[in-house]
Amino acid sequence: MAEAAKLCRPGVVAAYPITPQTHIVEHLAQFVADGELNSEAINVESEHSAASVVLGAENAGVRSFTCTSSQGLLLMGEVVYCIAGMRLPVLMICANRAVSAPINIWNDQQDSIALRDSGWIQLYAENNQEAVDLVIAGYRLGEDQKVMLPVMVCVDGFILTHGMEIVDIPSQEDVDSFLPPYTPPFKLDVNDPMSFGLLGDPSVYMETRYAIHKTFEDVLKKIPQVGSDYEKLTGRDSVRLVEPYKTDDAETIIIAMGSVCGSVKDMVDDARASGEKVGLLKVVTFRPFPKQQVREALKNATHIGVLDKDISLGSDGALYTEVKAAVPDKKVNGFVAGLGGRDITRKTIKSMFQLARKEEKSCTFIDIKPELLWEEFRVS
Amino acid sequence: MFSVLASRAKTSRKNKTGSWRSTQRPKMLGKECIACGLCKFVCPEGCVEGTGKNEFTVDYDYCKGCGLCAFICPKKDVIMVPNQDEEDTKEDKGDT
Amino acid sequence: MKEVKIFARAGQGAITTAAILGEALYYEKKYAYAFPHFGAARMGAPMNAFLRLDEKPIRMRSQVYEPDYIVVIDPTLIESQACFHNVKSGAKAVVAVRESTQLPKVEGVKIYTLPAEKIAMDVIGRPFANTVLLGAFAKATGEVKLDSVLKAVSGRFKGKPQVQEKNVEAVKKGYENV
Repeated sequence: MAEAAKLCRPGVVAAYPITPQTHIVEHLAQFVADGELNSEAINVESEHSAASVVLGAENAGVRSFTCTSSQGLLLMGEVVYCIAGMRLPVLMICANRAVSAPINIWNDQQDSIALRDSGWIQLYAENNQEAVDLVIAGYRLGEDQKVMLPVMVCVDGFILTHGMEIVDIPSQEDVDSFLPPYTPPFKLDVNDPMSFGLLGDPSVYMETRYAIHKTFEDVLKKIPQVGSDYEKLTGRDSVRLVEPYKTDDAETIIIAMGSVCGSVKDMVDDARASGEKVGLLKVVTFRPFPKQQVREALKNATHIGVLDKDISLGSDGALYTEVKAAVPDKKVNGFVAGLGGRDITRKTIKSMFQLARKEEKSCTFIDIKPELLWEEFRVS
Repeated sequence: MFSVLASRAKTSRKNKTGSWRSTQRPKMLGKECIACGLCKFVCPEGCVEGTGKNEFTVDYDYCKGCGLCAFICPKKDVIMVPNQDEEDTKEDKGDT
Repeated sequence: MKEVKIFARAGQGAITTAAILGEALYYEKKYAYAFPHFGAARMGAPMNAFLRLDEKPIRMRSQVYEPDYIVVIDPTLIESQACFHNVKSGAKAVVAVRESTQLPKVEGVKIYTLPAEKIAMDVIGRPFANTVLLGAFAKATGEVKLDSVLKAVSGRFKGKPQVQEKNVEAVKKGYENV
């Protein structure tokens, strides 16, 4: 992932280390120190500062990169909103990790989901190859002069960040041909002084939000275009809105995001070998949400199950809510699994195939341990 | 699609916030001035201009009438007067 | 797809072992996914690393529960970590042993033993059994060629010629001792 970021030639890199994102920053710092990457690696004292640095750098017209995780992303929170509001196409890798309390360094997707409404394009990678592809394509997408929005590439913590696998890294020449230098339509310039991030009083604020919302509609059209250009370059169609896997004739379809999709694909193949008509719909682009494409992929399905590695406490999983809103007439079962790094095993996925066929329930936690639940406050 | 995002420098001068001024305005007497520049230095609006002795002026298009210039002046050569008191504000006006 | 589970203590190089095997498989145009048991461990704490290998890209992301192969880097873990628990029938185990090591009898599992720590002391001068076991794994399982492992090990230590030479020797010794 650090290699992919390096290929994009960011002029400024600022990130504060946090497990499980740390070695991405370390590698980038090493690249800069070794002279392999001509970039300013700016030391910061917190994630809030890291986000502020890339905001400023991007505003000055420099391509910037940051990455964080969990508590770090939440600490960045207000600047994350500012970056989107100021229409600065920063790229961030979010190494998805659970949010405290209790403190937990392991994987789920609660952190990026918590910032889904911030105006960032959110892309979820299934494997390290996709992470590489989404970073490179993400810059091209965000920096499109008609888009000008930041991009968050979400990669499951540990499962991808600490998993080692074979990845095809495009050559510098290929990336340079695909990703032209960043030329913003506006920037901080002493020869043409301008102010950014201004007060937007009630007479103007709403239009700024509306403009981002409408731009997201264009982004839904742009992603397949960027994806097709990227495929021409690399032969991989990883940059997309959704990836349907054996959904055409599937009666039962599971919908998920991120690395768990690989496991579900294996289990789909297993179930099909024993005659079950199941499929997977992988959501790559969560923001903007590709409602139309989801509806299309689900049109023949009778049983739909949504796997969330997050929970909107007091409601349902975030992906569930989106899917149900896309297909309100269909029966959709929601599952919450793998929170705080609980392993999503073959058995977990099998049980979801089965539960998806049962009566509609919006939120079923899978693999819950009843022995750890009490009615009274206890000290263990 | 985009909406309001940036503005060019100095465009805020279009908003002549001097209309917010309450009841008093500073008056440069132009007699005892030693050109210390303190009035210019302390003005929170940056609307005092001038360099030489007895040459300091106030831009009433932006002056809020806070009185800091009068308070700080070591020679008491700046005084606060009621807004309507004299019609000499036009003479004192700086460039806008 | 074959699944490998490596038992070690944090600091004994289990993750390196998995990563080197993964790289060696890459040289044979196979696919691998090497990953540690995720978490915060301090030196000496029992830990696992995992490896999946296949002719096609690996998609499964769960931990390994029923391994086809196990590699035990630290023999003192055999009992406490239940290394042979849930091992697949027909599995192979590559185990570093000491004189005092007592092996369980597990039906359907072929166990290959070698004094890997002793070999490491002789060759490298430090008790890092992991590279020795890499050679042993290649021989015992036939999943990866010795040459590929040697290439991966050389690559790993390319900045340190002396360490590189010793570790290459250790892999070879491991291969010969199975």
